[in-house]
Amino acid sequence: MTGSSLMHRFAPGRVIVWLLLLAGGLLMLTPLLFMFSTSLKDSADIYDLRLIPAAPTLDNYKTVLSDGRFLRWFWNSLAIATIVTLSNVFFDSLVGYTLAKFQFRGRYLVFLAILSTLMIPTEMLVIPWYVMAKNFGWLDSYWGIMFPGMMTAFGTFLMKQFFETVPNDFLEAARVDGLNEFAIFWRIALPLVTPALSALAIFTFLSNWTAFIWPLIVTTSKELYTLPVGLASFAVESQIQWELIMTGAALATIPTLTVFLLLQRYIVRGVVLAGLKG
Amino acid sequence: MAGIAIEKLVKRYGTTQVVHGIDLTIEDGEFVVFVGPSGCGKSTTLRMIAGLEDINDGTISIGDRIVNRLEPKERNIAMVFQNYAIYPHMSVAENIAFGLYTAKLDKAQKRKRVEEVAEVLGLTPLLERRPSALSGGQRQRVAIGRAMVRDPAVFLFDEPLSNLDAQLRAQMRLEIKRLHQRLGTTIVFVTHDQVEAMTLADRIVVMRDGHILQVGAPMELYEKPADVFTARFIGSPTMNVVPAKATAEAGRSALQLGEAPIAWPAALPEDVLVGVRPQELRVLGQGEGADLVLSGTVAVVEPLGPETFVHVEAEGGLLLASASAKNPPAVGSAVRLGSPASALRLFDAKSERAL
Repeated sequence: MTGSSLMHRFAPGRVIVWLLLLAGGLLMLTPLLFMFSTSLKDSADIYDLRLIPAAPTLDNYKTVLSDGRFLRWFWNSLAIATIVTLSNVFFDSLVGYTLAKFQFRGRYLVFLAILSTLMIPTEMLVIPWYVMAKNFGWLDSYWGIMFPGMMTAFGTFLMKQFFETVPNDFLEAARVDGLNEFAIFWRIALPLVTPALSALAIFTFLSNWTAFIWPLIVTTSKELYTLPVGLASFAVESQIQWELIMTGAALATIPTLTVFLLLQRYIVRGVVLAGLKG
Repeated sequence: MAGIAIEKLVKRYGTTQVVHGIDLTIEDGEFVVFVGPSGCGKSTTLRMIAGLEDINDGTISIGDRIVNRLEPKERNIAMVFQNYAIYPHMSVAENIAFGLYTAKLDKAQKRKRVEEVAEVLGLTPLLERRPSALSGGQRQRVAIGRAMVRDPAVFLFDEPLSNLDAQLRAQMRLEIKRLHQRLGTTIVFVTHDQVEAMTLADRIVVMRDGHILQVGAPMELYEKPADVFTARFIGSPTMNVVPAKATAEAGRSALQLGEAPIAWPAALPEDVLVGVRPQELRVLGQGEGADLVLSGTVAVVEPLGPETFVHVEAEGGLLLASASAKNPPAVGSAVRLGSPASALRLFDAKSERAL
């Protein structure tokens, strides 16, 4: 390594940036590390704040995994997040494609209407959703948990922006080749926006996996709880067993971490593409 | 195979009319090139033939069917686009086979057709590759393959060579011409490049502002352009056009341009435009004469190997003339340019139509 490249590498500005990033990283990592650490501790040791447990044990994992409720909630979350993700990937793209590639009266108005819903925070929508769920008889059901997220304005917007970058020549070539409009969407346009599709799928899955407020409001039966709601109910039941809650939380991060590690490249690209939501 | 008949074809975008009631008949098996500057309506016309644009008025027939209301897939046409439009997520073989999407053939028959087309276009070793691993010329060949595989009645090419470099463009031009000779299918080809038009076409259709200005064989357009626009558009380098006065004495017309009046056999209006191609306006040697002689000063010399062009500041503006490749005049030197009267093309100064 030459002297000048070393100088460049350790320039004061860069060192400060590194230190700041390191501090930020540690700040975010600490709660996670304590979560994993606590999950490996005996109930007697949980207020011992050493990061590395004195007597690490997997008993908590055995307890949680043998509790039928936890597995049920895990599968509920997995099924709901998967179905909502598939639905978003399909419907958001379909609407985004239509808005991007078809000229029709009121197109701009429809797009504005969809976009305007982005400005309404979830907290404000919870009451109308609840009234709607109650009137349709969807309270305390899987569909009740899923219906508000089956299509999102954000996803539609993201996909529309992406479909606009697909050259019309591709679609017209397919039209000349004899494909019908749905086949053009499905076989030609959709594969051309895979990066956006991956980003949308990842965001939708992660946000549904961690969703808390709406599943908490709409469900009353414990067997319909999603994992975050179930874990919270762990906490309020009888005495608080932190080691079990932390174990559940640690297990709950597995799909998130898997998705992140497998699709890291797409997530980073997705954040860049989306530009507004992380 | 089929011919195409276009009658009083009109295209409007809102209140703007971009194609003004054009008429054209393309014979079965003919290679017709639409040429003109950007916005002249050539691509729009092609897209109307393809069924990718609605027709506001008039009719288009392919073979003996009026196709105005038919979907592109029902017109038995195939189209090659400017940016190739080959699907990046499919292999070369899949791309070519896509042309057979609606064909009622089984897998083995489709595969056979794809292999035949790949053989013709020299794509056999590339069949399993993705488009991203192909050069521009290879991609364009895949696009042509996808069009060819269907054995359509008409091929439509929308500026297919514009994205290629000069060398590849010349090569692809040759390939397309040979393909036409081999298949004999009707081809409508759109370009803004007059060299492509001249080299490829059986007939050229010159368009401007949504009108057809002239239709004819390449040499017919080159030698007898109907107006100044066609005269300047067809032929490279561009034809020189200089204004001149015409006089008539005792029933005989004369062109007042250059060193001496030029006798003209036909009656002329007072104001004319005189066109002369650079190849026919030569730098004269010492004591040499010609029907038209113009004097000027050399501004720029462009040696091209077999010939040299010189830009000369002369009467009528900057003129382009040809000079000896071995002894070109120096920049800044005074020269005399000469051309035979037979090489002059005359146009009415007002209407810009040929006289």
